[in-house]
Amino acid sequence: MTTQTALTAHAEAPGIATGATSFAPVATAAKAALEVRGVSKRFETRRHDTMALSDINLSVRPGEFVCLVGPSGCGKSTLLNIIAGFDRPTAGEMLVGGTRVTGPGRDRIVVFQEAALFPWLNVRSNVEFGLKLAGVGRSERRDRAEQYLKLVGLERFHKAYIHELSGGMKQRVQLARSLAVDPEILLMDEPFAALDAQTRDVLQEELQTIWQRTGKTVVFVTHNVREAVLLADRVIVMSPSPGRIKREIEITLEHPRSPDSHAVVDLAADIREELRNPEHEAKAPDARWSI
Amino acid sequence: MSAFEVPGGTLATKPRLKFAVPWKVVRILSFYVVLIALWALVAAREVWPSYTFPSPAEVWEDLRLAAEDGILWEAIAESMRRMAIGYSLSIAIGLFIGIAMGSFKWVDETVGSLVLGLQSLPSVTWFPLAVLWFGLNENAVIFVVLMGSVCSIAISSSAGVKGIPPLLMRATRMFGGPPWKRLYLVILPAMLPAMVQGLKLGWSFAWRSLLAAELLFHTISLGQLLTLGRDLNDVSLVIAMMLVIVALGMAMDRLVFGRMESWVNERWGLTT
Repeated sequence: MTTQTALTAHAEAPGIATGATSFAPVATAAKAALEVRGVSKRFETRRHDTMALSDINLSVRPGEFVCLVGPSGCGKSTLLNIIAGFDRPTAGEMLVGGTRVTGPGRDRIVVFQEAALFPWLNVRSNVEFGLKLAGVGRSERRDRAEQYLKLVGLERFHKAYIHELSGGMKQRVQLARSLAVDPEILLMDEPFAALDAQTRDVLQEELQTIWQRTGKTVVFVTHNVREAVLLADRVIVMSPSPGRIKREIEITLEHPRSPDSHAVVDLAADIREELRNPEHEAKAPDARWSI
Repeated sequence: MSAFEVPGGTLATKPRLKFAVPWKVVRILSFYVVLIALWALVAAREVWPSYTFPSPAEVWEDLRLAAEDGILWEAIAESMRRMAIGYSLSIAIGLFIGIAMGSFKWVDETVGSLVLGLQSLPSVTWFPLAVLWFGLNENAVIFVVLMGSVCSIAISSSAGVKGIPPLLMRATRMFGGPPWKRLYLVILPAMLPAMVQGLKLGWSFAWRSLLAAELLFHTISLGQLLTLGRDLNDVSLVIAMMLVIVALGMAMDRLVFGRMESWVNERWGLTT
């Protein structure tokens, strides 16, 4: 009985206001969507070895939005590549929905910083691509592509080719392509870093809505602290050489958040101060801070 | 009036001329007119006897006769048929070897070195071997065409596979699916821009090999008409056939490969 209530709570969680308090009991009861256990990564070159990641432990709840943030060289992208299955960890293991995974898979789809779209396919065929590889039938492919193109606001551009799109539109197509195969976890590798500020603002806002509507588990890598605070339920602050998790900050502000709200701006400044000055410790806001 | 409007913006919308003179075409045409006129002039001066240096009119006359007789069309059809068989085989085999070379390092190191070595062999040197293996028949010609072009197609398709951005392969791998689907949904289309170059190169190699082989082979064909001209001491027939060969080569290059190239470049967004 208790497990059942916990499961319903977690199923609804992405849609409703996300407070750490409402999540806390769920996390212990429900299976973690993603579990990273003791992952280390060492890069060996002829000259010297680099410890890119050292003993990373991370558990992501279903429907949670986690941001990995840190200066360059902290291993956040390496960690994402390991989660995606592109790189093998030197030590440790990964569990998705309780099952051990080693290679890349349809359950973890990446939205890359540089739009990895297929230039010979139009927008709709790009969105259908993953479904085609999965062997989904033609009419269902088309329906799903239309549905997700509508979700990202590109339904009018389904016939356009990739080189005709702006950077922001390309990222929308990538997002639609990723969501179309209904992955367990969406991995986003600095997806808005190469966009201009206005486009980034719009996409950050839309990503919040899309996340709330689809209830996906998201792991989002960024070097932009404000972006992390704006989007995440939990910000994982990482530090370099060797890459490790320095601190986790739960953010209980209600979604959608505005990048200019005091809570977001203040907390981001606080975390940035912590990154600059190890003595300082950023204070997580409490629930009544909301908006 | 908005403050952002460009002053004098009406100038930009000046009505365009209905007919623009195609200067490029004019330049090219006049070049050839001058060239032929010079040729006619030299021929008319009779510096050399007309049986070694015919006038343009004589060459044209031989060409017209060959066309009227139907022997020209027959020869073109025959040569093109052999070309089609040899070149198609060459694409199929070259693509297979090239993709294997681009995908597996050990194939590249072993087969790749052989392919590179064979490419330095002029294709007509395959002819004696072809005759010993297949006899003096059409298969020998097709074999020479195949050997002449397969290496360049293999090399360019392997370069095409190696040139696929790793990010695109990552994006493909994460969606799973069987390898053969990845091959035809991603690898083949992604390598197409490089392939077009390879196909073009392969075609010109195949064309050269075909004519070299046909010179030595005695059923009606373009190469055989060249030999016939030599045997009959008919210089104008030889020149006429050479012109036909140039024209066919250029037509193929412009009409088929030129169009393919611009289509691929546009579709793949490579023009901008």
